[in-house]
Amino acid sequence: MASVHASNLYKLPEDLPLDSGQALSGAEIAYETYGTLNAGKSNAVLICHALTGDQYVASNHPITGKPGWWERMVGPGKPIDTDRFHVICANVIGSCMGSTGPASMSGDGEPYGMRFPVITIRDMVRGLIALLDGLGIDRLHTVVGGSMGGMQTLSLAANWPDRAERVLVIASTARHSAQNIAFHEVGRQAIMADPSWADGDYYETDAAPDNGLAVARMAAHITYLSEAGLTEKFGRRLQDRESKSFGFDADFQIESYLRYQGSGFTQRFDANSYLYITRAMDYFDLAEEHGGKLANAFAGSTARFCLVSFDTDWLYPTAESRHIVHALNAAGAKVSFVELSAPHGHDSFLLEHAELDQVIEGFLE
Amino acid sequence: MSALRPDLAIIASQIEPGKRVLDIGCGDGALMAELEQFKQVDARGMELDASKVARCVARGLSVVQGDADRDLADYPDKAFDYTVLSQTLQTSERPDRMLAELLRVGQQAFVSFPNFAHWRTRTALMFGGRMPVTRALPTSWYATENIHHVTVEDFRDVVREQGASITRSWFLADNREIGALGSNWRAEFAVFQLSR
Repeated sequence: MASVHASNLYKLPEDLPLDSGQALSGAEIAYETYGTLNAGKSNAVLICHALTGDQYVASNHPITGKPGWWERMVGPGKPIDTDRFHVICANVIGSCMGSTGPASMSGDGEPYGMRFPVITIRDMVRGLIALLDGLGIDRLHTVVGGSMGGMQTLSLAANWPDRAERVLVIASTARHSAQNIAFHEVGRQAIMADPSWADGDYYETDAAPDNGLAVARMAAHITYLSEAGLTEKFGRRLQDRESKSFGFDADFQIESYLRYQGSGFTQRFDANSYLYITRAMDYFDLAEEHGGKLANAFAGSTARFCLVSFDTDWLYPTAESRHIVHALNAAGAKVSFVELSAPHGHDSFLLEHAELDQVIEGFLE
Repeated sequence: MSALRPDLAIIASQIEPGKRVLDIGCGDGALMAELEQFKQVDARGMELDASKVARCVARGLSVVQGDADRDLADYPDKAFDYTVLSQTLQTSERPDRMLAELLRVGQQAFVSFPNFAHWRTRTALMFGGRMPVTRALPTSWYATENIHHVTVEDFRDVVREQGASITRSWFLADNREIGALGSNWRAEFAVFQLSR
């Protein structure tokens, strides 16, 4: 597969207006492409990444060296076939993998930190649309995303209805629930309680709020897995020891696993980006943007929609997808929906699943 | 043309080009595919079985996984020209309410079902003394999805009770269309077109 390399960088020619009323000047968007754009520019597939995802959907991550986050789905001969499609995946604004975010330099030569404006999912999509404009792509063959990526695909379909022929939304929601917001708030408070966070002004110091960010990741990671999946994978098994230590080491495998996930995450993610992106997700309520009625968001849409949920996903449960399907039906949109059975909870969309492959490949036909 | 199941072939022949159709219990989407391909119909489907939905989506059809007893409520009034319920009525929790929903969501409805009063079923019960297992009803009583067996005459009654009317009817035996005379004895399957 593709080797490690720096992403393409698109500098937005104009200020990016934001839902907050502010604007982002001189914003840049880092993106990767795979496969060739055809002459008619009709085979472009935009993949939107999740909260802690990035543009390296099918190429090695430059920091971790690990394969792309959806390499099993995207590539030559894969369900999203790069022999047929020109796949684009861009880092969202607010993130930290090359697109403008809180760690970027602001106009005064200092990192934004908490001076970075609060952004929304629609602002992220506004950035993606600006990128598509820059690439000369008027109409996507398909826009696809899981989790927060699914929120972006919904936002794109609702606010730029002419820009995508097909809209594929996996394990996602049209609004963040109280429970969703609650888990995110735990994560944010963990970061902000870390003394090294220093009100977000830590870029010029030796310290970073890694402990807080790791705890945030640990809490969030639990929500990505199912109870049954955790039990199967870890149960009450002990980590490299015969008996309990009667202390506070990571006695249990699940503790060790979460600590590993948490500390690994701090190697590749910026704590302030985590604050901003979780905030954007919490603010997301597509119906609210459209007069309180979700069906209004899709009125007159000619796109084909496909929604997929997983039966063990308790972060964005099937009911959330059904809620969207209901609205699409009310709007008369062409919609397919399937709840797939998988043991791994929310993360199932990233894992091996033959029926998911079949649905995605078929929907893109 | 394809080898559509005979009741579906009858329904397909009656639907005019360009109409909006909801196929409830669409299975692998055979009727929808036929209608989209040959009649430019805007076809939508509902199906309970996730793997069948996946196959439909893979064929490019717009199918929503759902339980017709519950999820039809999500559709607006008169969203479709036709609703289709083929060999699914007898699996419904409340066939009477289902019929009302069919004619709420659609201007007209097509309903097909296996006729429990077919002579083969009658003789199987009369002489066998056990719940009939026949060509049209091949599954044992304990495993069948058919929880509300219905006859041609029962169906006429329930349509009347719903205040709906029968526009047309077709009867099938040995996979061939037969006349209406003695249909409650002779028909293995019946197809009705309904309206309000």
